[in-house]
Amino acid sequence: MDIKLREIEYRYAAGTPFERSAIADVTFDIPSGQYVAIIGHTGSGKSTVLQHLNVLLKPLKGEVQIGNRTVSSGRKEKNLKDVRRRVGIVFQFPEHQLFEETVEKDICFGPMNFGVMEEDAKKRARAAIQLVGLPEEVLGKSPFDLSGGQMRRVAIAGVLAMKPDVLVLDEPTAGLDPRGRQDMMDMFAKLQKENGMTCVLVTHSMEDAARYADTIVIMHKGRVFRTGAARDIFSDAGSLTDVGLDVPETVRFQRLFEQRLGRPLGKVCLTPEELAAEVGRLRGEQS
Amino acid sequence: MMEKLIIGRYLPADSVVHGMDPRAKLLFIFIFVLIIFLANNPVTYTLLGAFTLFAVFLSKVKLRFLVNGLKPVLILILFTFLLHVFFTKEGDMIARIGFLTIYEGGVIKGVFISLRFFLLIFVTSLLTLTTPPISVTDGIESLFGPLRKIKVPVHELALMMSISLRFIPTLLDETDKIMKAQMARGADFSSGSIPDRVKAVIPLLIPLFVSAFKRAEELAVAMEARGYKGSEGRTKYRLLHWSLRDTMAMLLLGALSAALFMLRS
Ligand SMILES: Nc1ncnc2c1ncn2[C@@H]1O[C@H](COP(=O)(O)OP(=O)(O)OP(=O)(O)O)[C@@H](O)[C@H]1O
Ligand SMILES: [Mg+2]
Repeated sequence: MDIKLREIEYRYAAGTPFERSAIADVTFDIPSGQYVAIIGHTGSGKSTVLQHLNVLLKPLKGEVQIGNRTVSSGRKEKNLKDVRRRVGIVFQFPEHQLFEETVEKDICFGPMNFGVMEEDAKKRARAAIQLVGLPEEVLGKSPFDLSGGQMRRVAIAGVLAMKPDVLVLDEPTAGLDPRGRQDMMDMFAKLQKENGMTCVLVTHSMEDAARYADTIVIMHKGRVFRTGAARDIFSDAGSLTDVGLDVPETVRFQRLFEQRLGRPLGKVCLTPEELAAEVGRLRGEQS
Repeated sequence: MMEKLIIGRYLPADSVVHGMDPRAKLLFIFIFVLIIFLANNPVTYTLLGAFTLFAVFLSKVKLRFLVNGLKPVLILILFTFLLHVFFTKEGDMIARIGFLTIYEGGVIKGVFISLRFFLLIFVTSLLTLTTPPISVTDGIESLFGPLRKIKVPVHELALMMSISLRFIPTLLDETDKIMKAQMARGADFSSGSIPDRVKAVIPLLIPLFVSAFKRAEELAVAMEARGYKGSEGRTKYRLLHWSLRDTMAMLLLGALSAALFMLRS
């Protein structure tokens, strides 16, 4: 399911003295099956954009096309369930949304709202809890007895159990341990590659954006600053620092290495693996 | 969703009303609320209305914002209006709908009571819109200061109040966030039967309570860590200052009360 944003604008508390503009003139595409990362400085409007992807917010100007449905400012929206099921959003700090007596019930909340039968929902809960790397025993516990990181995982499982076509993640790994981050990010990438799930990731980690994303959207002060393939975006360190971002460590290392070497490597490497291979090739050339 | 609610929010600006001593504003409102009940005929209501509009004008708060702020309580006002219209049996009968008869006295009473509501809400919103919550509690603490003599923990009560006021916007933001998160999981807060809707609130209320308790605990720890131990020996950083305009406002209010006394029927 493709999602297209066309010149959307949103202002919070519109029409009151507390009105403030959050995003303006935002246009980009999220093609089906792609992995799109949205990066940008704090307050640049990333979370606001995300809320348009399943009509939690309606644009004040412009329109959002979600599959074959078009959302624009004037119309009243009905029957949002289908959109909400197909576009699953994991919010920033999703652990705040847990409320049920048991983890299992909480994970089943989403699927059952969308009409999945209880038995089936429980099966999904078991599958989802495994995906997020928690043991099945957790299902019987109260979500409030878990650690912060475990709660985060349960909340993510709650959205995965909805089996969305488009998975939207707002800084899903902030505050997790390094190993947990890696596992979680790999799991999302696997879902995207193997199940054809579209993935939209908001992140402050340039490394994650470089490693996983096909396309990168840079937000700056409520507007789209640049969009492009990850490799193109991270080739241009200058414009990234202009908007308060940076290149991944790997790219930074590569630049320093190239200075010492006196000539550039074949391509901008986005991951340590790529860089290692590239440097290895260098040795091959020399001998 | 919650962002439209303006009750209890402060709107910084530079105006005569903003600059008033919070004690003066509090006294003013207290007396105003009492004298509203003096009004009982068109002349006195007009006088009160004009006075209120004048205060709004002085405060530089746009009337539109105040009217918008009325929306959440409009249902309540409408309900009381209808109650009076249908159940007051005074004056001439003007209409009959089914088994309900409407009397002239009922309509007049309904209009007056609604007006009273409007005025009350206008002036109280004006207080919160033009006074930072912290000043309101400073004012209250100062006004109730004498009660300390009879061992009323005035400072602690004022602190409790300022903390609650401080966290209203935070809680509203939080409500908004959790609502959105649950809506993303298919929760529906706006349709269905009454029992369905009551049930729909649970996924909202529980996380809200959990985070409120957590926040309260964190705040308590943070305060203790910074050596807070109540009012004893505590000096004030923000000092209240009663100026000429505060006296003027009180005199004006006195004149209004006198006028209402004379003009009421
Ligand atoms: N509920 C709200 N009410 C009013 N203003 C808001 C609200 N949410 C966000 N804003 C404002 O909108 C702008 C964009 O916020 P947004 O949350 O989209 O930023 P962000 O890019 O997600 O930031 P971060 O990286 O810190 O999560 C900010 O200026 C913010 O202050
Ligand atoms: Mg955000």
